[in-house]
Parts: sequence; C-alpha cells; structure tokens
Amino acid sequence: MTTTKTVVTLKVNGVERTAEVEPRLLLVHFLRDVLGLTGTHVGCDTSQCGACTVLLDGRGVKSCTVLAVQADGHEVTTVEGLARDGELHPIQEGFWEKHGLQCGFCTPGAMMTAVELLRQNPNPTDEEIREGLEGVICRCTGYENIVRAVKYAAERMRG
Amino acid sequence: MIPASFAYERAQSVREAVELLESHQGEAKVLSGGHSLIPLLKLRLTSPTVLVDIGGIAELKGISAEGDRLVVGALTTHAEVAASPEVRRHLPLLAEAARQVGDLQVRNRGTVGGNIAHADPASDLPAVALALDAVITVEGPAGRSEVPVEDFILGPLLTALGGSDVVVSVAFPIPKGKWKGAYEKYPHPASGYAVAGVAAVIGVDDGGTIRDARVGITGVGDMPYRARDVEAALVGNPATEEVVRRAAERADAEGSFSGDLFASEDYRRHLSKVYTRRALMRSLP
Amino acid sequence: MASVFGTAIKRREDPRLITGNGRYTDDVQLPGMLYAAILRSPHAHARIRGINVEKAKRHPGVVAVFTGRDVAGKVAPIPTAWLPPDSNIKTPAHPALAVDSVRYVGDGVAMVVAESRYVARDALELIEVDYEVLPAVVDPEKAMEKGAPAVHEEVPDNVAFHWQAGSDPASAFQDAEVVVRHRFRQQRLIPNAMEPRSAVAQYNAGSGEMTVWVTSQNPHIHRFLLSNILGIPEHKLRIVAVDVGGGFGSKIPCYADEALVALAAKELGRPVKWTEDRRENFLATSHGRDEVIYAELAGKRDGTMLGLRIRMVANMGAYLSTAAPGVPTILFGLITVGPYRIPRAHTEVYGVFTNTTPTDAYRGAGRPEATYVIERMTDLFAREIGMDVVEVRKKNLIPAEEFPYTTALGLQYDSGNYHGALQKALEMVHYEEFRKEQERLRTQGRYIGLGWSTYVEICGLGPSQIAGAVGFQGGLWESAAVRVHPGGKVTVFTGASPHGQGEETTFAQIVADRFGIPVEDVEVVHGDTDRIPMGWGTYGSRATPVGGSALAVAADRILEKARKIAAHMLEVSEEDVEFADGKFQVKGVPTRQVTFQNVVLQAHLAWNLPAGVEPGLEAQAFYDPVNFCYPFGAHACVVEVDVETGQIKVLRYVAVDDCGPVINPMIVEGQVHGGIVQGMGQALWEGAVYDEQGQLVTGSFMDYAMPKARFFPSFETAHTVTPAPHNPLGVKGIGETGTIAATPAVVNAVVDALAPFGVADLEMPLTPEKIWKITHGRDA
Repeated sequence: MTTTKTVVTLKVNGVERTAEVEPRLLLVHFLRDVLGLTGTHVGCDTSQCGACTVLLDGRGVKSCTVLAVQADGHEVTTVEGLARDGELHPIQEGFWEKHGLQCGFCTPGAMMTAVELLRQNPNPTDEEIREGLEGVICRCTGYENIVRAVKYAAERMRG
Repeated sequence: MIPASFAYERAQSVREAVELLESHQGEAKVLSGGHSLIPLLKLRLTSPTVLVDIGGIAELKGISAEGDRLVVGALTTHAEVAASPEVRRHLPLLAEAARQVGDLQVRNRGTVGGNIAHADPASDLPAVALALDAVITVEGPAGRSEVPVEDFILGPLLTALGGSDVVVSVAFPIPKGKWKGAYEKYPHPASGYAVAGVAAVIGVDDGGTIRDARVGITGVGDMPYRARDVEAALVGNPATEEVVRRAAERADAEGSFSGDLFASEDYRRHLSKVYTRRALMRSLP
Repeated sequence: MASVFGTAIKRREDPRLITGNGRYTDDVQLPGMLYAAILRSPHAHARIRGINVEKAKRHPGVVAVFTGRDVAGKVAPIPTAWLPPDSNIKTPAHPALAVDSVRYVGDGVAMVVAESRYVARDALELIEVDYEVLPAVVDPEKAMEKGAPAVHEEVPDNVAFHWQAGSDPASAFQDAEVVVRHRFRQQRLIPNAMEPRSAVAQYNAGSGEMTVWVTSQNPHIHRFLLSNILGIPEHKLRIVAVDVGGGFGSKIPCYADEALVALAAKELGRPVKWTEDRRENFLATSHGRDEVIYAELAGKRDGTMLGLRIRMVANMGAYLSTAAPGVPTILFGLITVGPYRIPRAHTEVYGVFTNTTPTDAYRGAGRPEATYVIERMTDLFAREIGMDVVEVRKKNLIPAEEFPYTTALGLQYDSGNYHGALQKALEMVHYEEFRKEQERLRTQGRYIGLGWSTYVEICGLGPSQIAGAVGFQGGLWESAAVRVHPGGKVTVFTGASPHGQGEETTFAQIVADRFGIPVEDVEVVHGDTDRIPMGWGTYGSRATPVGGSALAVAADRILEKARKIAAHMLEVSEEDVEFADGKFQVKGVPTRQVTFQNVVLQAHLAWNLPAGVEPGLEAQAFYDPVNFCYPFGAHACVVEVDVETGQIKVLRYVAVDDCGPVINPMIVEGQVHGGIVQGMGQALWEGAVYDEQGQLVTGSFMDYAMPKARFFPSFETAHTVTPAPHNPLGVKGIGETGTIAATPAVVNAVVDALAPFGVADLEMPLTPEKIWKITHGRDA
C-alpha cells in the first residue's frame, strides 16, 4: 500500500507554510518537528490533556487529534502567534499576573483553550470557567490561579 | 502515540466518498472530524490502509428545519449543535446534550455523523437520538436510505453502516404539542464519557396527563437503549413527581448492563434509575 | 526602596513560558538527530527465550536496534541510591534492557533508533520476542506469602528490606485505657507530570564529551549516576535540564532509558532523542505510594495519646528505583507521630518486590502516608472515646513552648506553633456554626461533613551527615554562586533545579533584597551541570530552605567584601560603615555614602582597593543545613455527599500553613493550591489498579482520573509565620504541604458526613460507588 506524501499548505500564525508530509502526520508534530514551533506541547495520547490545543480557523482544537492533511488550506494559530506586535495577548497577561502557571508545560494549551472559552463566552462565571477547562489537565496549579487568569483576561478583553 | 501509515484520499462529494470506499473494498475508513477515529489510529487499535476524508464536503454541513424535524448534517460539530439557535429553539435537550460532549476543544472538532457512526456505548448523542426517534440518512453504493437510530446502533462500536456507506445526516423529529425534555449526565471523572446519561421527553395534554414519554439511556452497558417500560409507566398518567418517581424505578428493566473498574453493573442499574428520574423531573411541565 | 523579600512580584520565568519560548527536552532539535523508541514488555513476568530484531533492522529508516545483550557491558545496571542501614537491603541488578527476564509490564526489552519518531515507532512492531510467561505477583502482602512467585530468583521471599525505628512502645499499650487498631491502604498513584520524560544525547567523539538534555529534578545526581552507568567521567558529561515540565518526584530517578539514549548517541555518532508517550509514562515512569499500613494507637479516655505502633508493607515494584527505599523508611517511618506529643512510638517497614512498575518519591513521599495514618487514627481515637476531633487534637498537639521538640522517633522538630495554626483555621471555618448547620441539614436528608488535618512534615532535606547516616548515597547540602558584574548586575548560579516552583523569581528576590538592587538586575541560572558547580536538586521541599540559604550565605560574603571596599572608598573603618537600601554609608553621616553599584565597579576596576582585598566580586557557598525543616499547619475540608449516588462535592477548603517567612506570597499560594489538588486527587479520584496478571488497568487519562478544574471550589488560604531557627532565611519549604495535609482532611470530612450511617473509615479513592454501597447497606 502506498502512503504517498502529500503537499500541504497552512497559514500558521499568519505566515503561509508549505511542506510535503505523510498523511498520518499529526498536526502537532507538523508544528513541532516540521516547522520548529515547539511552544505547542504533547501531554497525552488520548485527547484528554489539552496541552496541544491550537486555534484552527479561530477555533480551539487539540492538534494531537488532527492530521496535518486535514488542516491543509486552513489557518492555525499557536502560542507563538498569540502576542501581536510585541504586545502580550490579554490571556498571556492574565496567566502572568495571576500566577496561572508553574512548570509551564500545559500553559500554551491552557491559554489557547482559554482564548476559545472567552470567544464562546466573553463574561464567564467561575463555574463556567472551570467547566470550560474540562479539556485542560494541569498538574501544578490546582487550577485556582488559571481561573483567576481567565477572569483577568475576560475583564481586559471586555475593556 | 503515532498512527501506522495509511493512504489518504479527499472526497469532494458524498458520491465520490462512497465510490472511493467501494474501490478499497473494506480496507478504507471514513475520516470526518477524526475525534473518534484518530485516537483509535494512534493506539493502533485500527489500521485501515486508506482514509477517505469527507471533511471538505459542503453538503454534509449545517442544520436545517425540514417540516417537523431538524436535520443535522453529518459534519456538523457538537459545538455548532450546542450553539445553534434552531436547535435551542426546537430541541433544547439536544443542545444540552451536545454541550456536554467531551470538552470545549473536542466539541469544536467532533461531528454528529462521526459520533453516531462510531457508536460508542457511553456517548451522549445516542441517548437523545433514541429518545427523539432520530433517523440516520446513509448513502451507500445502492443510493440513499433512512435508518431509524434503533436499527442503526447494533452494539458497542457496531452499527448497520456498511463498509462503503457514509452517514449523510441525522434527522431529529421535533415532538408535537406541549412538551419538555432534558439530558442528565454523570460524566466519568477521567474520560468525560457518560457513566450514565439519560435523555427524557415528556409531552402532556391540556388536562395535564402525559400523552408522550420518551427515555433514551446511554453509558450503562454495551449499547444505549430506549427505556420503554418507563415510558409505558408514564403515558396516560398525570404529570406528577410521584408518577415520575415510580416510573423511573423501571429504568433498568431493559438494556444490557455491564460494569467496569469505576462502576459495577449493580451501581449502573441504580444510576440508570436515578438519572432517569432526574431527567424526567426536569421534563415535567 | 521597599524590600522585595515578601512581595508578590510576577514570576521572572513566565515571559518565555507564556510565549512558547520555553525549552523543554523534547524541544531540543539538533542537526542529524535520530529518534529512539523502546519496546516494552507486555507481560508482568516472563522469561525471554529469544528476540529477533532482523525485520526491524531491515525496515527503511531504521539505523540500529539494541537488545539487552547488545548493551550489557556497555551500560552498567541502574543503581539504587538510597540504602537504609541495618535493613538487610537486597539490590538485585537492574539491567538497562532486560536480558533473561522481564519483571513488570513496561520493562524495557529493546531499543530502536531511526531517522524519525514515526519510523522508530513502526519498527517496534517488527521485533519478535519469544516470552515464556511466568506467574506474577502484584500485591505487596501477597508477595510476602509463602509460595508467592519470586520477582528476583536471588530474593525468594521478595523482601527487599526490613527497617525499624523507635523503641518498643509496649509499656504505653499496657497503660492504655483505649487502643485503636486499623489497617490502611495507600493506593498506588501515578505522578503524571504533564511533560512526559525525554532525553536527548549528543556525543563528541573528538573530545569525548557527552551532553544529555534530560527531564530531571536533579541534574547533578543524574550526572553522578550516569557517569557510573555509562563510564563517562563527570568532567566529560554535561546534563542539561533547564525547563522541566513538572516532576513531583518522578523525575528524581535515573532511568535506564536516559542511559540508553546516551549509549546510542555514542555508538551511532549522531544525536539521539527519545520521548515517552503518556501510555509509556504510565508504565515506565516511577509510581508513588502503594503501601499497606497497620496502625495501633494507645491512649487514655481523657484524650491523651500514649503510644503508636506502625507496621508498613511497601510495594517497591520490580526494582529499587533511585530514591525509593528512603520513602517508606526515613520519610515515612520517622514522622508517623505527626504533630502530637506521643511519648512512645515504633515503626517497622517491609519493602517488597512485586511485578509492577517501580515506585519512588511522589509529591510528599512518605509524609503524606504518615500524615494520613496519624490524622485518620486521631479521628478514630476521638470517635472511640466520644470526644470532638478538634479537642483531641488540641490536647495532643505539641505546645509552642516545647520547641525544639525531640520526638519518640528521634527527630528534633525545629519550631512550631501548632495550636496557633489550628486556631486560625477554626476561626476561618466557623466551627461551631458548621456543626449546627450540619445538624440542621441532616434533618433534611443532606449530609455535609468537616474534616481536619493538623500536620507537620519533615523537609528541607537535609543535613548531609544525617543523609549519610540514613543511607542516602549522596550529600544534601546545596551550592550557590553569586557573580556581580562590573555594571552591578548579578548572575546567580544555584544547584537547586527548579521545575515550576518559581525559584528564578524567589532566588532573585533573596539576592535583590540583600543587595538593595532591583530584582530585574538579578538573573538566576540553574539546571546545567556545566554552569553550576554542584548541586543536589529540587525535591523534599529543599530548594528554598537549603538552596536559598546557600544563596543568602554567598550574598552575604559579597557584602562583606563590598563593605571593606566601601570603607576604603569612604576613608573610614569598616565598623563605621552601615549598609541599607543598596547604599554604604558612614554611620550617622547620611551625606557620606556610596552605592552598591559604585562599590561593585571599584571592585572590578581595582585601581584603589584596600590592602589584601582581591579584585572582582564573586562568592560561592556550600550550605549544609544543621537540621531539617518542619513546616506545619491546619487544613479543613467541607464536603457534601449525595447519598443517593455516592457523589462527593467539595464545598470549602481552608488551608493555614506555616512555612516561616514568605518570600513571594503569590508563589507560595500557588504551591499550596497545587499541593491541595494533588492531595485531594488521592483522596477522591486517583488510583492505579493492576489486575492479577500484572496488567495496569488504569493506563491512560481515559481511566486514571486526574483532578480537573470543575472538581474544586475556590480555596481559602492563610498563613502563620514561625521561622526556622537554624537557617539564615528562617524559611521552611512549602512545596509539599498541600499534598501532605489535604488527603486526610478530605477523607475525614467524608467520614464525618457519613457518621449517621455508622461509617468509621473508607478506603481511598472514595469513588462514588464505594459511598453508595455503604449508604445503601451493601457490602463495600
């Protein structure tokens, strides 16, 4: 059975990137190993932990459960693309201000998930934030400060 | 975790997808959102030689009200279902269930068609589909056909879908008259799948008598089921808490229960009753 | 300038981590790099009849395949680094790859090295291993039974060691009016740091230098051990672990995988990377806990505790991991009396081999188990004598005036105000009102409960002399170097190796505070054996009390020299110079002063230094603490149990901790939050389960329940401050207190809620079905 490589073109953090990939290549490995964007992490195999969360066409998805070929022709935003013109995104500010990270490994995915959470619900309650973080496993923070970080960002983004 | 190699084909239409599947004679699998399939590929529990990607087929997307039913295209994501004004207006319990599938990210990617085709015995959607008598539109080599959900889901990860069939849409009939529905779920603390999930619908007549009752239960065993004993105990009776309480006790009269490390068969039988009662209580007028 | 010590400044490590610029081991990409994958045993116990790697070797993209026979002689067996004395400890050889037998599911059998991750993974399936499956044993008590399968032929009774502490408390039991006896099961836990383990090795054949990037909590210990395992001298071996994605004990050990990657890099002449996936992490990274504990508490009806007898059977898994034997012995066995004045105590521990993944330290390591047992026993004792659980605690807590206090097990608790912490927690909880509310709700068929945990822990590991005496095969001092650059900026080198605990910030605060300079002027370097002279790493809540103290000492040496230079510049004697807010000033003459930066520059210019003073400004300290630290506190948890389904909802969590002076309140609070969640994880959700054949049934995040955000309420935290009297900062360590305290607080709360059902104890994790069975009169 031939598993011919396929050429894919994605816009990643605003830049068009083209590569020849095996169909089985996971988007997260495309980002990390092909493009060298190592901010997106792999924490599990079963789509639970959310460390690999990126925005695909503006929607938060787990890049360990998307094939690079499925993202062909689409736009991807990773943690490296969150800050604009040297200005941190409010969610990055929130995580920094409120000590929403310790080891930092789940953080990029947690922040991307939080961005999605706030896109869907710009004014969430604590409980809604906690429910929205269902797809984020953090072993360090106990989540308390992540909740505070998301609230901080929500306030900033509402202006 | 890394999938084994496979070839990849992108279908531009449902017809083309069916033809591609046919040409690979059972060696191919359909890829939509990938949230049921890719985890299996990574664990190498399935190793198809070809994936036929239907993700770009426009006709499989979207939600439309067609007469007395809502037709949800196979590629519609759980997030789209949960947020759809149409679903929220006509079938709030479907939106409620869709909101509880997996997590934020999974709901953005997982599709209704993929979910139904995967037939996970602890998935949320089948409970609602059963309660509403959903009909699945399937396209295969012989053309399109409609299959009631009860005839579609045959067992754990087992459906009536043929090797060259593609799910086109899932149609959810909108119950008539005055009715309410609810979905009550006990999520597994690790996987988020339903340890017990119950979709309930109660329709009442003007005199407050239950004229229509439907209960779909998922998570408790090998496959989701319709709790017809419960329904029978409701219909024709006044819509009261007492009636609901008694009827819910029959939730485990049908269904094939099974246990695992987290919840034994016994406990799941118990949960089926409790969650049936809770869903029905919220469905009282 | 206000002191930065004690201020909640934002973390200095965060800018790189929140922008995706962290550099974790798997992020390292080197030209020509190969990828390794390790084939792991699917059987818990089997003899290897043969291995055929030919197909794998021929697979396109595969560069090499190594088996146990290939690496034997090149990679020495993986050693144990903690050998408790007088314990008759057995250390059967632990080969880097199995040669004749596999002893747990996950035991390494072969390594493939290939051009990509994907090809390496594919080739694993082409290796054929002929196994003769042998009977396995997974339960530690069963492993001690006669006729149980021997995990190692040379240890037929499976007893790895037998250790004791304290003296026979028989007299206490003779005098007792009440004896409470109970058996506790500490279930096995999976540390599950979110970053999987990983190693990248690069070898320079010309210079003989080997660099290994590795997920390590203690790079110098890794260098120490890998040097022996690989036969590469320490001055040619560099270990780098700058950004590490959590450890919780599981990245203390030196693993075979890391040595294998280094071997492959050397043999193949190309860099090699290996990263485990989560499934592999579940199987092949050390586990925690897994002990059976028999406890007997003797007391009087007035609530006085008299004696404690503990017998533990600890599951060590198939091999003795790096620090493993120290966990149930020193870190558990010496602190079983907790914060109570119990005049007589004895601990006896059996470490037992089984066909399971090796266990080792997991956050708290031994101390959570000790705290769990004494806190549960205290509640059982209170129940037995009909006394309120808080009253029993108040009666037995060591009074503040008795510190330093030497326990029946020989430890000297440094300082404490245990009643003070409890009092503060009582006020936060509104204890009496809670009891009234509890009564009221019970009449409505609602069950809420309140559980206490008054704890003390031993941390800040530790005096090296004691480390040696208790069999730790290393020192436990810490190093610090402070380099002041001519412009007044400072680089600090610490042997502690933080991986999330925030010492890049708190250590900068310590130095900035001492020098009176902006915290931004201090950079903290860690996690690289080429840059750091020596160190023993981060675990046992030691980084700040030991590494921070080393830093304070080094900083003070800088100031001492700077003062000499300042006095010379001000043309006064040293005694006439005082230092405050970053300025040296002639006492009583505020106009005559020089700044720290002035002095630093002069030190480097050396145009006019006082006689006998060398140029430059750099100091080093090797700080060996004289005692451990004993943080303490009082935690309270409020739960509601839905008795219909057995589901537990945590309503409140109150934590009062005392870790001495707080350097950065925000970071300390974060440590407490994370610790609480891990402790609650054990109480309510987490638990690794093996079946009889030794298969790990809970091998993924699909079935091993990690704590999630929605499980918790917002936590209420507070502090009391009782300095450690023996280190220059007075600090005590906060990294593990939450985990140590939370588990019994939660279980005590649930048992309290279920008191009307006659429930005295519940086995963890308190899954809903267990609760349901008990409240529905079913056999639990």
